[in-house]
Amino acid sequence: MPVRKVKIFDGFERFWHWTQMALIFTLLFTGLRIHGVHAWLNFDQAVNVHTLAALGLMLLWVFAIFWHLTTGAWRQYLPTLNGLWPVMRYYAWDIFQGKPHPYRKHLTRKHNPLQAMTYAALKLLLFPAIWVSGLTYLFYNYWQQGASSPWLYWVANIHVLSAYAILTFVIIHVYMLTTGSSFSHHVMPMITGYDEVELTEAELAYLEQDEPQRLKR
Amino acid sequence: MAEEAPEAIPTGGVQPGISEYKDIGNPGKVDNPVTKLDKDKQRKFTTDHSKLKELQGPFNSGPEVTKACLGCHNQAGDQFVRNKHWTWSYKHPVTGQQLGKDYLVNNFCTNARGNEGMCAQCHAGYNRTSPDYDLSKQENIDCLVCHDATGKYYKTPPTKGNKACSVMFEGLKPIDWTNVAQHVRLPARSNCGGCHFFGGGGDNVKHGDLSSVLFHPPRDVDVHMSEQGENFACIICHVGEGHEWAGSRYNMIAKDEKEHALPKPGMERETATCESCHGDKPHPLSVKGLKLNDHVDRVACESCHIPAFARGGVATKVDWDWRTAGRLRNGEGYKEEGYQQGNGEWRHTYKSIKGSFKYDENVKPLYRWFNGVMRYTTIDTKFDPNKPVEINYFSGDPGDPDSRIWPFKRMHTIQPYDKGNNTLVYMHLWGNDDAAFWGNYDFAKAIKVGMEKNGIPYSGEYGFIESYSYWPINHMVAPKEKAVACDECHSKQGRLKELKGFYMPGRDAPKWLDMLGLLMIVGSLGGVAGHGLLRILLAWRRKH
Repeated sequence: MPVRKVKIFDGFERFWHWTQMALIFTLLFTGLRIHGVHAWLNFDQAVNVHTLAALGLMLLWVFAIFWHLTTGAWRQYLPTLNGLWPVMRYYAWDIFQGKPHPYRKHLTRKHNPLQAMTYAALKLLLFPAIWVSGLTYLFYNYWQQGASSPWLYWVANIHVLSAYAILTFVIIHVYMLTTGSSFSHHVMPMITGYDEVELTEAELAYLEQDEPQRLKR
Repeated sequence: MAEEAPEAIPTGGVQPGISEYKDIGNPGKVDNPVTKLDKDKQRKFTTDHSKLKELQGPFNSGPEVTKACLGCHNQAGDQFVRNKHWTWSYKHPVTGQQLGKDYLVNNFCTNARGNEGMCAQCHAGYNRTSPDYDLSKQENIDCLVCHDATGKYYKTPPTKGNKACSVMFEGLKPIDWTNVAQHVRLPARSNCGGCHFFGGGGDNVKHGDLSSVLFHPPRDVDVHMSEQGENFACIICHVGEGHEWAGSRYNMIAKDEKEHALPKPGMERETATCESCHGDKPHPLSVKGLKLNDHVDRVACESCHIPAFARGGVATKVDWDWRTAGRLRNGEGYKEEGYQQGNGEWRHTYKSIKGSFKYDENVKPLYRWFNGVMRYTTIDTKFDPNKPVEINYFSGDPGDPDSRIWPFKRMHTIQPYDKGNNTLVYMHLWGNDDAAFWGNYDFAKAIKVGMEKNGIPYSGEYGFIESYSYWPINHMVAPKEKAVACDECHSKQGRLKELKGFYMPGRDAPKWLDMLGLLMIVGSLGGVAGHGLLRILLAWRRKH
């Protein structure tokens, strides 16, 4: 099957990814200030920026969810066991042997099974955890009865714990960029949109016929 | 407990005599109870009192002037004789306690009762010399002390006291009663402040947030009362109707969110709360403003907007030790000046009549949950002498929706008590008899007579006990840009670090949470570092 450079990350997807990255870094930085880890900002500045960045990120997510649903891109995250084991084996063992990655990108399946599973968990568990706890935290005055209620303690701690988990994801996510043939191998597609993808004859014929701009000559 | 404090001559020097209250009064020009918000009020006055034939005099005494006042203001007397300023009596509606100056024991000069000869200098009436004062005699009401506009009116103690005290007010210019009677108006800061700024025996001694600085405060000290700010007189907030004023410290409104918060024009307003003007959502509609408004239900406005009390150069007394009182030099009482306050003046750190003091300025308040109800240790309360006595104490709790975090001044004193009965004592301090402590310096006699005169059982044995009193801080509101910064509370070692029982961001991160977070971060960093290193090493080995 032919392998061709195909645009698989469209404009909105890339905008969404990088804006999200900037906002998550802002949120981590200001959130750790509010939490008392560092003091490079005033508390109120940190709260202001944190609140605005969080509202911005949620707005971005509303658009992203709309985009996922209308383009059908949500299918990219459907978990599958098919091919999961070789990918896990690759990162745990084969990568040290210098063996090639077992997964080839398809036009309709740009994430390997491990990636799809991780992103699905991120989007279905961790992100909801942080924004539900965050909104509950932000609007505590509308539900909290008496300052001595223990609920705020748990809401705040779930929020911080989710943030630590997201930071852990970010660390691993950035490290994974190094597992390609070069650092840019995994970064460039998210900048230019083009990546090497294994196409079926039918897919190639379709692209050449109907969406030639997605094929890099 | 009753150890002797060491004797040393302080920097300020030593003075003979015991004179008190010499420097009372407004040091600047007399202010006007007209605010910047109400520029035209002067034009609204319909009576020029100097033209009234009833006030042409001649008058030779206060009561004569009062009779003339009451001749026209024929409801004022009936109103005023019910006022605390007159009765010195207050029955707390919640606790049922009998309070008021005539009953309470405090941890300054301890008791007014029995010492009226001096203490009633600040009574809004003439010649209150003992507890059996005729409260129905309206001509004894002192209208002028509150309504004088000349700044020339003054009050002296109703009795002269003993020889050492009686020199205190000698040589004062006689009052021109007729002139003062013709120049009256609504009370200004100079009227209220003449007594309230000097409570407890001197400038700012008692409250901490009420000092002579407030006669003409810079904007930084009090944004409402400053002439560069709103130029409020006390009565702008302490609204009066029928000679009763809002804002009692016995029964406070700790949280005003009901009908009194931001009343509509013309609506009745009986509270002296911040909310009664600013509402209960005072901050602007911004991300920060909305967050600050979230605080209003749990944090009193004063907690953020009064960053410190005793500002502007006048110190407040924070510690008083009665044990050292009564020392003499050459058989005479004396005083020492050992504390130089912000405005350069020296304050007494020792007086033979009172003992040793400590002062403080720009004091960060003590913060406590408070629901507005003050309870008192009164003369008949038996207490445990192994613990400090709380002269006043209050309820409040993070779980109580009527409580908020309030700022307080805490006064520490070591004062006499009845060792046999474990109660506080009334001391006979002022008088021209040989039992008055301010003259004969004998605690045993002063306490015995103080108790006897009021018919209170006394074991005959006195000791000294530590006591605390708590003074809610409401004045010296700073401009908003000088409000307490968020980090001052939202941090591990912040202003609220002692307050437990509720969760506060920035302060209350549990250890396990950060340990878990650290474990996740260090674990993932270590994991990827190990993974990466192994890849590099093995790749290097494959090549060689």
